[in-house]
Order: sequence, then structure tokens, then C-alpha cells
Amino acid sequence: MNKRKAVNLTSTVSPQKSGHKPLRETKKELPFPLNLYQSAVGKKWVMAITGLMLVGFVIGHMVGNLKMYLGVLEHDGSAAYDMDIYAEFLRNLLVPILPEGVFLWILRGGLLTAVILHIHSFYSLTRLNIASGRSYESKQDWLASNFASRSMRYSGIIVLAYIIFHILDLTVGATSDEFVHGAVQSNVVNSLSNPVIAGFYIVANILLCVHIFHGIFSVFQSLGVNNPNINRMKRGIATAVSGLILVGNVSFPVAILAGAVEYNECDPKLSVAEQVEENCVNSSGHDSDSDDDSHSESEGY
Amino acid sequence: MSQTLNLTLKVWRQEGPDADGSFETYKAKNIPDDASFLEMLDVVNEDLIDNGRTPIEFPHDCREGICGTCGVMINGRAHGQEKGTATCQLHMRKFSDGDTIVIEPWRAAAFPVVKDLVVDRSPLDKIIEAGGYVTAPTGTAADANDTRIPKEAADSSMDAAACIGCGACVAACPNSAAQLFTSAKLWHLNSLPQGQPERYKRTEAMVETMEQFFGACTNHGECYEACPKEITLDFIGYMNRDYIKSKVKNRKLAGQQS
Ligand code: HEM
Ligand code: FES
Repeated sequence: MNKRKAVNLTSTVSPQKSGHKPLRETKKELPFPLNLYQSAVGKKWVMAITGLMLVGFVIGHMVGNLKMYLGVLEHDGSAAYDMDIYAEFLRNLLVPILPEGVFLWILRGGLLTAVILHIHSFYSLTRLNIASGRSYESKQDWLASNFASRSMRYSGIIVLAYIIFHILDLTVGATSDEFVHGAVQSNVVNSLSNPVIAGFYIVANILLCVHIFHGIFSVFQSLGVNNPNINRMKRGIATAVSGLILVGNVSFPVAILAGAVEYNECDPKLSVAEQVEENCVNSSGHDSDSDDDSHSESEGY
Repeated sequence: MSQTLNLTLKVWRQEGPDADGSFETYKAKNIPDDASFLEMLDVVNEDLIDNGRTPIEFPHDCREGICGTCGVMINGRAHGQEKGTATCQLHMRKFSDGDTIVIEPWRAAAFPVVKDLVVDRSPLDKIIEAGGYVTAPTGTAADANDTRIPKEAADSSMDAAACIGCGACVAACPNSAAQLFTSAKLWHLNSLPQGQPERYKRTEAMVETMEQFFGACTNHGECYEACPKEITLDFIGYMNRDYIKSKVKNRKLAGQQS
């Protein structure tokens, strides 16, 4: 009756070695609070807090840049770009408690620390995740994750490249001969009138907002903020914040390319008198006859 | 009326942990549509055995969705397309005649393939082991209603306790993270009075053991979609909170546990 051929039905395999051995050992614990950064959950807290600091900066930066739409205003008896006045204000923050520019450098130091920690935690968690994963041979069907959540590491890297370029372009002035420290409005307009730079700026800002969208959605959970009232609003908050930043930031290159931003047609290196002589009205602002170089390092648009 | 289906299966076959695997194609003929997915595999295996071929090794035990043994990727989804069911509870009536079904084992560095569709999930047991004990009073058993527990806390704990430890969360996660499993096991005890004495010690130990094997959460939410018990992502948030508390308050050193 039994036509079945003999087959070995029992598994030939002994229990796994690798499954029982940790993929990685826990390191010796450092004193608090450094020990937080030794664990992935703790690193995620650092990533979330530094991410929030960066989002705060990006919003402030965007609002500051809206000043470029105000064009020239009266300032200290002379005409100046509102943008340049704002840049000077940033350098003068907390003056005279601190010397000029010092508080701005403190803020920059904080931002730089945040960026470094954000990227270092990103780097080490991404390595952990790559080491922990095995990809499927068949196509995996995504149900909950979205483009933003799956592209965080790529959007992050492009944003980083953009941040570096942006600082060289508009803070250091390394990309253009026409760059003049302190003449923020004309620097911005000169740079973004170039369609290639404007295009890069637009693409990078779209990716930044894709990044911020999942970032804000994620931040609550990473920080253990879990409450039905908040959970319900998470997606909305993420959409609103990233949408706001997107509209603001992308409007700048678009407006500049469309010629809607007032700017100085003169060579910004000319003095006010020379500019008046050449009949290109708007001066770049501050009293250029004072020859102290306190304006020579300027950012803060 | 029950009908029968003819299907094409693409099944991952792998001799052993160190062997190379590949997809093999099989015909599954005359499968009754009230069979479960595992019963369908049984039928295919009968056929393979009749032809003198090695049957497909697949994980299974209770076949009623409570033990957490079964679990494979079915067309790219952990436990198949139905929400809130384990592979053993997936019925063939959810498929159509002529379908091609791709079946692959869970994949994660911590889940090496043992054979075919069977993977070694013992790192999940390591996490449970790290959780240790709950302090219980000695002497005669206390009355069950001695300890008062708010209804909400009891419900929440029961929701967490529904986890059957199948590993679908890890399998579905793009990072191979075990956050949903670990947080469910933690919240099962951390939400109850009985779990308080060791709450922070347990959280610290289980999270750190988890991190020896698995990736880190980036809040995709795939685990929740895959979970046959629909364990909520909220528990991951609670775990993140408790873990930092366990470090900040350094309760272990101070000898105060909660
Ligand atoms: C202005 C720049 C940036 C802002 C405003 C920002 C913001 C954020 C925020 C708010 C989060 C959420 C943290 C969490 O998940 O709890 C986040 C996550 C992340 N960031 Fe950034 N970030 C910036 C730059 C970068 C850069 C330069 C990189 C990489 C080179 C990067 C890589 C990541 C990654 C990989 C995550 C993890 C996201 C996840 O959970 O899936 N970010 N970011
Ligand atoms: S076989 Fe027990 S849960 Fe599926």
C-alpha cells in the first residue's frame, strides 16, 4: 500500500551557532550621561533633540530670509537693504554684554555641535541597521513606510552637501568674485540668479522638507512622547511644518529668478558715492566710509 | 461551497545554514479553498514525498495563531496579506485560482536560516531571558483581587501580552529592529503593579540585549502592519521613555528600583 520512497523527514541541521551569539557585544558602560550615547535608543534621543534644534534653526533662517522681500528701508539716516540691517542685527546680538559677533559665534557653535551629533548618530545607527539586516530575495511589499521614511539617509546626505555648499557660497563667499561681506542682499541675489545654483537650492530644499517631514513625525516617538491627543496630530504637524518651510525656502530662488527681489545693479564693491555717480540707486547699506572691518564677516541672512 | 485552486508556488529552498539557497517553483494542485496556508503547504509536501523529493521545511506548531511558531514572507508581506492573522490563520480562499505565491523565510542577520523556510529566532528568547524575574511574595498565594489595577492599565497590559513572539515585526522592518517585540514584552509587565519593582532594571537589560542582535527603529511602522496580534507602536514610545529614565535615574546603583 505504501508506495512512498524513503525520504529523510527530519531536519538534518543542528541548532544554530550564530543565532545564540550576539552580533555585537555591549561595551563597558561610561558614566552618565555619556552612557546614553552608547545605546541605539539613546542615540535616537540625541538624533531627535539635535534634529529639533536644526528644525528650529531652519524655521528662523527662513523667516529671516523673508526680509529680502522688503527691499530698501531707511536705517540710521541712510538707505539700506532690510536684509543687510537684519544681518547686522545678528552680529550685534547681546552687544554690549558681549562684544560684536560673539553671541553669533556661540549660536553657530551650538548649531555645529548639533549637526555633528545628528550626523554621527545617523552614521552609527545606519551602520548598525545595515549590519542587522538581510535583504529579501523577493520584492518586499511596503505597507506603512513612505518615501520620506525610506529615504532619510539619502535626503540627509544631500542636505549635508547642500549645507556645506551654502556656507561656502553665502557665508564664506568662496564661490564668487562678486561676493562682499555684509552685502547680504546682493550676494544672495547674485548667487541665486544663476539657474544652476537656484536649481540645486530648490532640489535640496525639497529634500530637506521631505527629511523634516519624517523627522518631525518621528521625533515624538523617539523621545517617548506618546499620547493619543498628540499621536492624532503627528502627521498634521509634520505636514504643516515641512510645508511651511518648503513654501518659504523655495520662494526665494523662484522670486529672484523672476526678478521680483529688489537688488543692487551696481558692483557692490563700489562706495556709495561711486554708486550714486554711476546712477544705480540702492546702496548696499551701512556707512561704507567707515574703514573698521567689523562688517567684514557677515552672515546671518 | 468549497472550491479548489491551482497555484504556482515559488518557495525558498536552502539545505542548511551555510548552503546557498534559491527559489524553486512548484505547482500546488487542487487546493481546497478552506485549507489554511500551512495545510496548502502540507498538500504540496505530500506530493513531494510521493515523488521521492525532500518536503519543504516550514515552521509551524499550534496552527491556531497562539504559539508564534509559524511565519513566512508571503508575496513580500510577513504572514501574508491579511491584517492581524498569523500564517496558520491565513486561508486559501483569500487567493484566486492561478495565483503565483512567493514564499520566503524571515530575513535578519539575527535570524539565520536553519533550513528552507525555518529560521532560528532564539535572539528573541535572549531578550526575554534578560528581562529576569518579577518579585513575588512568598507564602500562601495572595488573593487575585488583592492588588488593585486600573482597568485601563490591565487592558493595556493585556494588549501587550498578546504578542506571540513570532518575529514578524523584525521580518517586516527595513532595519531588522525588534522594537515592537521588546516593547510589548516590557509593557506587559511595566504597566502593572506587579512589574514595578524591577521596571527600570528590566527595561535597561532587555533593551541592551535587543541591541546586541537587532537594528534600530526609524519609525517606519511596518512592524505594526505585519503583526498578527496588531501590537501597537505606542509601546515603542513607552519603551523609549522608560529606557532613558532607567539611565537618568540610575536606579540600579542607588539600590532603588522604581
Ligand atoms: C538642516 C538639516 C537637518 C534637519 C533640520 C534635520 C532634522 C531631523 C529630525 C527632526 C529628525 C528626527 C529625529 C528622530 O527620528 O527622532 C531627523 C532624523 C534623521 N536625520 Fe536629520 N536633519 C538634518 C540634517 C541631516 C543630515 C545632514 C543627515 C545625514 C547626513 C541627516 C540624517 C538623518 C537621519 C538618517 C535621520 C533618522 C530618521 C529616521 O528616524 O528614519 N539629517 N533629522
Ligand atoms: S502555528 Fe502557532 S501561531 Fe501559527
